[in-house]
Amino acid sequence: MPDFSYFKLSYMRKIKELIIEKSLLASALITIAVTIGIILVLSIEAVQFFSEVSIFDFFTDTQWTPLFTEKHFGILPLLSGTLLTSFIAIAVALPIGLTISIYLSEYAPRNFRKTVKPLLELLASIPTVVYGFFALIVVTPFLQEFIPNLAGFNSLSAGIVMGIMIIPYISSISEDALHAVPASLREASYGMGATKLQTAFKVIVPAASSGIIVSIILAISRAIGETMIVAIAAGQQPRLTLDPTVPVETITAYIVQVSLGDVQHGSLEYRTIFAAGITLFVFTFLLNTISYRIRKKYQEKYE
Amino acid sequence: MKKIVCFLSLALVLSACGDKKEKKDGAGAMTGTIQIDGSSTVFPITEAVAEEFRSEQPDVKVTIGVSGTGGGFNKFSRGETNLSNASRPIKDKEIAICKENNINYIELEVAYDGLAVLVNPENTWVDSFTVEELKKIWEPSAQGTIMKWNQIRPEWPNEEIHLYGPGVASGTYDYFTEAVVGKSGSSRGDFTASEDDHVLVQGIAGDKFSLGFFGLAYYEENKDKLTLIGVNNGAEVVKPSLQSVKNGTYTPLSRPLFIYVNSTSVKSPEVVEFVNYYIDNAGELATDVGYIPLPADLYAKQKESFKTFVENNK
Repeated sequence: MPDFSYFKLSYMRKIKELIIEKSLLASALITIAVTIGIILVLSIEAVQFFSEVSIFDFFTDTQWTPLFTEKHFGILPLLSGTLLTSFIAIAVALPIGLTISIYLSEYAPRNFRKTVKPLLELLASIPTVVYGFFALIVVTPFLQEFIPNLAGFNSLSAGIVMGIMIIPYISSISEDALHAVPASLREASYGMGATKLQTAFKVIVPAASSGIIVSIILAISRAIGETMIVAIAAGQQPRLTLDPTVPVETITAYIVQVSLGDVQHGSLEYRTIFAAGITLFVFTFLLNTISYRIRKKYQEKYE
Repeated sequence: MKKIVCFLSLALVLSACGDKKEKKDGAGAMTGTIQIDGSSTVFPITEAVAEEFRSEQPDVKVTIGVSGTGGGFNKFSRGETNLSNASRPIKDKEIAICKENNINYIELEVAYDGLAVLVNPENTWVDSFTVEELKKIWEPSAQGTIMKWNQIRPEWPNEEIHLYGPGVASGTYDYFTEAVVGKSGSSRGDFTASEDDHVLVQGIAGDKFSLGFFGLAYYEENKDKLTLIGVNNGAEVVKPSLQSVKNGTYTPLSRPLFIYVNSTSVKSPEVVEFVNYYIDNAGELATDVGYIPLPADLYAKQKESFKTFVENNK
């Protein structure tokens, strides 16, 4: 009898295990299914778009005016808007974020690090719509004191504020990478008579470079996909330019603009959203793939 | 979740109550259908009136089409509609067709429409625009070519011009393009286009080299942040105001809006009721949807002449 009960118990346990295993599998599958669904919807609508608009025009035309009389479907102005704001954001976030991470990892006292790091991460949790209005109402008027020709909507202030938003992406992940560098490397460096500064920049940073590069790519990816800040502060005028003082429109801001208007479902104007969306998707997908590759390659090298 | 369900059922009960009450209040509930077609510019006012009218007379069905002023008169002159929305007076050709088909009608002014052309307060060089200059800036062929202020007048600065205007879904955009470019819905596409007028206010207010346009109502709300520019009507430079829009000197960016009613329709009491309701509420509702009301005495006059028209056609 006890044997039987033991059998029953183990049988029950097996079923329990099975249920847990299957539900884990199911949740993994749901995520994958949703991703595939999104890609499918994007592709189907984009294919219909490209059956009417040549893909050559899409990538070479320098004007984007799908809603107006003279229709042009050149993604370049939107792409330049996206890349310009992202570039400014990275130009702000990279030096600041990296400095913070080196300081916190190599110089700051333990307690200070413990307090400051979560505070920095708070930056990432501020709603982006708040950042957007901060850029429009505070940063732009402030910058206009120095740059009198700065337009009310411009990529400069949107980019700067977006840079502030992504600082924690760089500082936090880089700091983790720096902190994870084995103490033996540090000790060896000191043993060779190196100063603290030399150790930090010549030994620790190169050793943690894979993590740092991954943090930067994640931050770029975040900046490219960012919507509210640029929709509010950077303007809504597709313009092929590298001038940070004039209004531009990013891919994401265009999608917002069209979604809010009353464009007819199934029309060519409506499909421009998906053409723009798939362009955006390709970009972030490429960046994520690159960051994955880098992480793998360097991990093998250093461990 | 429980809360939401509670809330919904409460809302249902409340709305059910509301319906009953309105039916009871409506002195002599009417039935019937009122057919309206015509201008998309007048549509928002008529729609607002029809919506309000529905709470008074829930059983009267009002259908409003938007074939444009010309398309509306086409149907009106064949006796297919009861009312016609019009953003211009009826043309001689259309009057002739009405006569052929024995359609007698009355023209009623319901509101004015005015458009403001605006620049940044720091803009010191612009004092006025001519319609030709506005056309040169906004017509489709300007896209990518007219990019600087000094291309419009040589003495203006050699700086990029930043344009702001309502989006293509906006009636203001149709109206402006019709008045300035000559064809409704036809303009350049490389400007900051937003259906949200606050975006336009914000854009023009923060940009020294900006130029934009939108309904006069939004200028009135943001007087301190924007500079209003007068438009040359051919004889003199006029700035839009309640006054200049009302007396018709601010052309071509202002115009009166009309409804037309035919004589057979006023035999139906629900049409008479609707038109009277329209005249009574047009001023307030026109302001709500962004237009300029007529002076009160003009509304009284419209009501008077409509009354005579109804009596003559009984």
